[in-house]
Amino acid sequence: MTPSLHLWLIPILPLIGAAINGFFGRRLSRQTVSAVALTFCGAAFLMGLYVAARFPSLELPHAEYLGHWIRSGNFMVNFEFYLDQLTLVMLLVVTGVGFLIHIYSVGYMWEEGGFYRFFSYLNLFMFFMLTLVLAGNYLQMFIGWEGVGLASYLLIGFWFTKDSAASAGKKAFIVNRIGDFGFLIALFLLIKHFGSLNFSQLFSSIAQQPAETAGVGLLTSIGLLLMVGAAGKSAQIPLYVWLPDAMEGPTPVSALIHAATMVTAGVYMVARSHVIFGHAPNALTVVAIIGTLTALFAATIGIAQTDIKKVLAYSTVSQLGYMFMACGVAAYSAGIFHLMTHAFFKGLLFLAAGSVIHAVGGEQDMRKMGGLRQYIPWTFMTMTAATFAIAGFPPFAGFFSKDEILARAYEANPAYWFIGVTTAFITSFYMFRLWFMTFFGDYRGREAAEHGHAPAHGHGHGGHGDPHESPMIMLVPLMILAVLSVIGGWVGIGGRFEHFLSPVFGEGATAVATEALSRSTEITLMVISVVAAVLGFYLAYVLYLKRPELPQKIADSLGGLYQAVVNKYYVDEIYGDLFVKPLVDGSTRILWHGVDQGVIDAAINDTADGARHVSDSARQMQSGNVRSYAGWVAVGAAVIIAYMIWMGVR
Amino acid sequence: MNILNTHILTLVTFIPAAGGLLLLLVPRRDRDIRIFSLIVSLLTFGLSLHLVARVHRMLPGFQYEIDRAWISTPNIHYHMGVDGISMWLVLLTTFLTPLCVLISWNSIHERVKEFFILLLVLETALIGVFTSLDLFLFYFFWESTLIPMALLIGIYGHGRKVYAAVKFFLYTMVASVFMLAAVIWLYAHVGSFDFVTIQNAIRTGQVEGFSTAAPWLFIGFFLAFAVKVPLFPFHTWLPDAHVEAPTAGSVLLAGVLLKMGTYGLLRFNLGLFPEQSRHNAPWICTLALVGIVYGALVAMVQPNLKRVIAYSSVSHLGFVVLGIFSFTQAGLNGAMFVMLAHGISTGALFMLAGIIFERKHSYEIADMGGLATPMPKYATFFLFITLASVGLPLLNGFVGEFLVLSGAFQANPWYGTIGATGVIWSACYLLWMYQRVFFGKVTHPENSTLADLSAREQLALWPTAVAALVMGVAPLLWLNIIDPAVQAALTPFAQVASKVVGQ
Repeated sequence: MTPSLHLWLIPILPLIGAAINGFFGRRLSRQTVSAVALTFCGAAFLMGLYVAARFPSLELPHAEYLGHWIRSGNFMVNFEFYLDQLTLVMLLVVTGVGFLIHIYSVGYMWEEGGFYRFFSYLNLFMFFMLTLVLAGNYLQMFIGWEGVGLASYLLIGFWFTKDSAASAGKKAFIVNRIGDFGFLIALFLLIKHFGSLNFSQLFSSIAQQPAETAGVGLLTSIGLLLMVGAAGKSAQIPLYVWLPDAMEGPTPVSALIHAATMVTAGVYMVARSHVIFGHAPNALTVVAIIGTLTALFAATIGIAQTDIKKVLAYSTVSQLGYMFMACGVAAYSAGIFHLMTHAFFKGLLFLAAGSVIHAVGGEQDMRKMGGLRQYIPWTFMTMTAATFAIAGFPPFAGFFSKDEILARAYEANPAYWFIGVTTAFITSFYMFRLWFMTFFGDYRGREAAEHGHAPAHGHGHGGHGDPHESPMIMLVPLMILAVLSVIGGWVGIGGRFEHFLSPVFGEGATAVATEALSRSTEITLMVISVVAAVLGFYLAYVLYLKRPELPQKIADSLGGLYQAVVNKYYVDEIYGDLFVKPLVDGSTRILWHGVDQGVIDAAINDTADGARHVSDSARQMQSGNVRSYAGWVAVGAAVIIAYMIWMGVR
Repeated sequence: MNILNTHILTLVTFIPAAGGLLLLLVPRRDRDIRIFSLIVSLLTFGLSLHLVARVHRMLPGFQYEIDRAWISTPNIHYHMGVDGISMWLVLLTTFLTPLCVLISWNSIHERVKEFFILLLVLETALIGVFTSLDLFLFYFFWESTLIPMALLIGIYGHGRKVYAAVKFFLYTMVASVFMLAAVIWLYAHVGSFDFVTIQNAIRTGQVEGFSTAAPWLFIGFFLAFAVKVPLFPFHTWLPDAHVEAPTAGSVLLAGVLLKMGTYGLLRFNLGLFPEQSRHNAPWICTLALVGIVYGALVAMVQPNLKRVIAYSSVSHLGFVVLGIFSFTQAGLNGAMFVMLAHGISTGALFMLAGIIFERKHSYEIADMGGLATPMPKYATFFLFITLASVGLPLLNGFVGEFLVLSGAFQANPWYGTIGATGVIWSACYLLWMYQRVFFGKVTHPENSTLADLSAREQLALWPTAVAALVMGVAPLLWLNIIDPAVQAALTPFAQVASKVVGQ
C-alpha cells in the first residue's frame, strides 16, 4: 500500500485562490490579488513537483480515494484520483506552464478593470483543468471537462461589454456542449455495458474483450463518441469553429487555455482511453483521419490571416491535428510528447504575441506592425525561439516531437505522413510570414495611428508613441518558456520520453516502431521534414521580406480561392445558414407561433369560446370579477364534494 | 420523541395555514405581517428538518405515519405519511416558502395581509398533497392548491392576470376531474380511499373489474398529472400563468406546483398501475422527449425573461417524466433529483426575474442589456443559477439530468440519446438569454443607474445558491434517502418484467 500523496490538494489549492479573489477581490489591492492567485497556483505547481519527486517510490498506477459522489442502486461514482506517467506529464505541464502564465498575466492585466475577476477565473480554470487531469473516472473527468469549458466561457467573454467577446464566449460553450453530448453518450454506453466509469475497472474489463476489427461494434461506438467529445474540446473538424473566435479573450487566456492546456484535453482523453481505442481500430482510423485533415485544413487558413492571434489560433488547431494524427496511429506517447512541446512553444508564441500587442498599443493586425525587433528585442528573441520550434527546425523542441509523429504516421500509412509533411511546410511558411511581418521591415504602425485608427482592443494601453518593451514580470516567463522551447524536446532523444510513458501505453508499440523503420528511412524522413521547414522559411523570406509586393499579386491571381481562404472557407457562414438560422426561425415561426399559439392555444380557446356560448354562467365566471370568481370556485368545490359523498354512500 | 414522530406531519402541514388564520386575527401593520409570515414559514421549515433528521434510511416504506378514521361514510381516513420521495418534496416546499416571503417583502404593497394568508394557505395545501396517503385527502389538498394560486395570480399579477388565472384554473381543474372519476371508481370498488389499502388490493388482484377499467383509470390519473407537469402538449397554460404571476407565485408554481404532477405520476400511476405504466411508456416517453427539445427551442426565441424560464421548465420537467417512465433505478433517482434541483434553481431564476421587475417593471429582454455593468452582484447570482440550470457538474442540475439520461439510455438508447441533446439546447437558450440581458454595453441609459442587490434580496438568494452547490457536490445526502424508496417503487416492475420473461 503506497502512502497517500493528498492529490486532492492539487486542484483544491487553486480553487481556494479563486474563492478568495472571487469573494473578496473587489476590496483587495492589485498586489494582494496577484499574490493570492500566484501563491495558490504556485502551491499547486510545488505539489506537482513533490509528486514528481515521490514518483519513483510509488506503485503505479497510484489511486487515491476521497469520497462518494453519486450512487444509484449498484452504480457508484467516487471522487478519486489516478496517477500514472501520463498524469504526471500532464500535471507538470499544466501547473508549470499555468504558473508561468499566471506570472505573466500580472503584468499584462495590471491596467485592466476587473483585475480580481480575471485572476479568480484563471485560478478556477486551474482547478477544473487539474480535476480533469487527475480524475480517476470518466465522470470526474467530465467535471473538469465541463468546468474548463465554463472557465473558457468566462475568460473569452472577460471584456463582456464587447458584443463580439460575449458572443465568442457563448459560441465556445455551445460548440463544446455539442462535443460533450458525444462524450455523455459514450459514458452511457460504458455504464450500460460495463456498469462502471472507474478507469482501473473499465480498462481491465475492456482489456479482456476481443478487438473489434470489423464494423461498428460497442467499443468502436464508444471510441467514436469519445472522439466527438475530443473534437469539441480540442477544436477538430467539424467543431473547430469556436477556437479562432476565442481569441477575443485576453492574450494570457489564449496562451493558457486555448493553446497550452485546455484544448489539449481532448488529446489527453483519447490517450487516457487508449485501451478502448486499442480495441476499436476503426475508431482509431477515424481519429487519425480527422487529425490529419484538421492539421492541413487549419494550416491553409493560417496562411491568409492578418490578425496575429488568429494566425496562432489556426496554427493551434493545426498542431492539435498532429496530436490526433499521432493518437490515431496509436503513437500516443508521440502525441503526448507533442502536446508537451506544443505547450511550451505555443504558450510562448501567444505570450510573446501578447507582448507585441502590448508594445503597439493593442494593435493585432500584422499589417500595422513591422520592424519591431529593434523596439522589443527580448520579445523578438523569445518569439524567434518559439517560431523555429513550431516550424520544426532542429534542435528546437518542436522538431523532435513532430518528427516522431511523422515517422510513426509514415509507418502506419504514408498518406498521413505526406499530408503531415505538407502541413509542416505550410506551418513553417505562415509562422515565418508572421515573424517577418511583425519584426522585420519598417514599423507601419505610425501611419495607421495618424489615420486615426482605433486599436482593436479599446481596453487600456492607449496613448502610444514608439513601441516599447514589456516589463520584467512579463519577460521572465517568456524567457523560461523560450529555454523550454529550445531544450524541451531533448527529453525525447533516444526514445527516452516514450520509454517513460511505456508503462501506460505499452512498451510493445514503441519497440515495434523503432524496429519497423530502418535507420536510413528514419533519417530520410527527418531530412525531408527539415527541408520542408527550410522551404517554408525561404518562401516566407522571399514573399514578406525580399519582395513584399508579390503576395498581393499572387492573391489577385488566385481570385476566388484566395477569397475562400481569407474567409476561412466560409464555414462559419455555412454553419449559420445550415443550423443556427433554421433553428431560430423554425423555433419562432413553426414551434412557437405555429404549434404553441396556432394549434394548441387556438384549440383551447375555441373550446373555451364554445363553452361560453353554451352557458351564460360560464361567461360570468370569466368576467374578471375576482369575488364572483372565488364564489364559483367554492360552489364548484362544494358540488364535487357533495357528489363524492353521494357516490360513497351509494 | 415518539409523539413528535406521530404528529410531525400534521404540524408541518397545518402550521402555515394556522399561521395564516392567526394573521387574519392579529397583526395590523404590514411590517408585522411580513415578519410574522417569515417566522411561521421558518418555523415550518425548521420542523420539516425533523423529517430528515429522524428518518430510517434503509426503510423503504412510509414513515411518520398517522392514520385516524375521519369520516365513516364515506370511509375517509386522516392518513398521512412520507417516504424518501415525498419527504424531499415537503422539504422543498418548506425551503422555498420563507424565500418567497422575503422576495415579496417590498413588491407587495396592497392587500398585504391577504397576500401572505394566501401564501401560507398555499404552503399547507402543497405540503398536504405530498403527505396525504388517503386519496380523498389527497384530492382535497390537490384542488386546494388551485384556489390560493389562482387568486395570487388573479389579484397580485400583472397585465392579463385574470386571463392567466382563469386559464390556469380551468386547464388544471378540467384535467383533475378525470382523476376524480378514477378515484371514485377505485373507492366504489375497494371501499376505501386509503392509498396503501388500494395498492394492496390491486396487487393481490382483489379488485373486481380492474383489468378492464385499468386503462381508463390510468388515463384519468395521467391527464390530471400531465397537465400539471406540464407535459407537451398540455403546457400552454404555464407561460401565461408565469408571466402574469407575482414573483412568489411563480417561485412556488415552478418550484413546487409542477412537481405535484410528476409526484402524482410516480406515486399513483406507477404505484397503482404498473402494467398500464409499462404499456403506455413508449408514447409518454415520446411526449417527454418532445417536451425536452420543444420546450428548449421555444424557450430560446422568447422575448420575455419569464417566458424563457417558463419554457425551460417544460424542458426540464420533460427530463423528470422521461426518468420516471424509464422504470430504471437511475432514471427514477434522477427524476427525483431533477425535481428538487429544478425547484431550487428555477425558483431562484424566478426570484431573480422578480428582482429586475421591481426595478424595471418589465420582463422584456429588449428592455435590458448590459446589466452586468450596473449590477455585478445580481449578474453573478444570475450566472451561478443559470449554470446550475444548464447542468454544470458540481452544481445541482447535473446529477439529476445525468442519472435520468443514463437510466433512459438503459431503457432505450434512443431515449437517452435524444434526451441528451437537451444539454446542447439548454446551453443555447440560457446563455443566449444571459448574454442579451447582461453582456454588451448598457443599451438603455436609464439602466446604468439600476441598484444592485439589496441585503434582503441577497438573503433570499444565498440559500438557493448554497443549496445548488451542496446538491451538486454531495448529492448522496439526498440520494441515500431517495434510493430505497425508488427501489420499493420499482419492485412491481421487476415482477412485471419477470412475468413477461416467465411467459
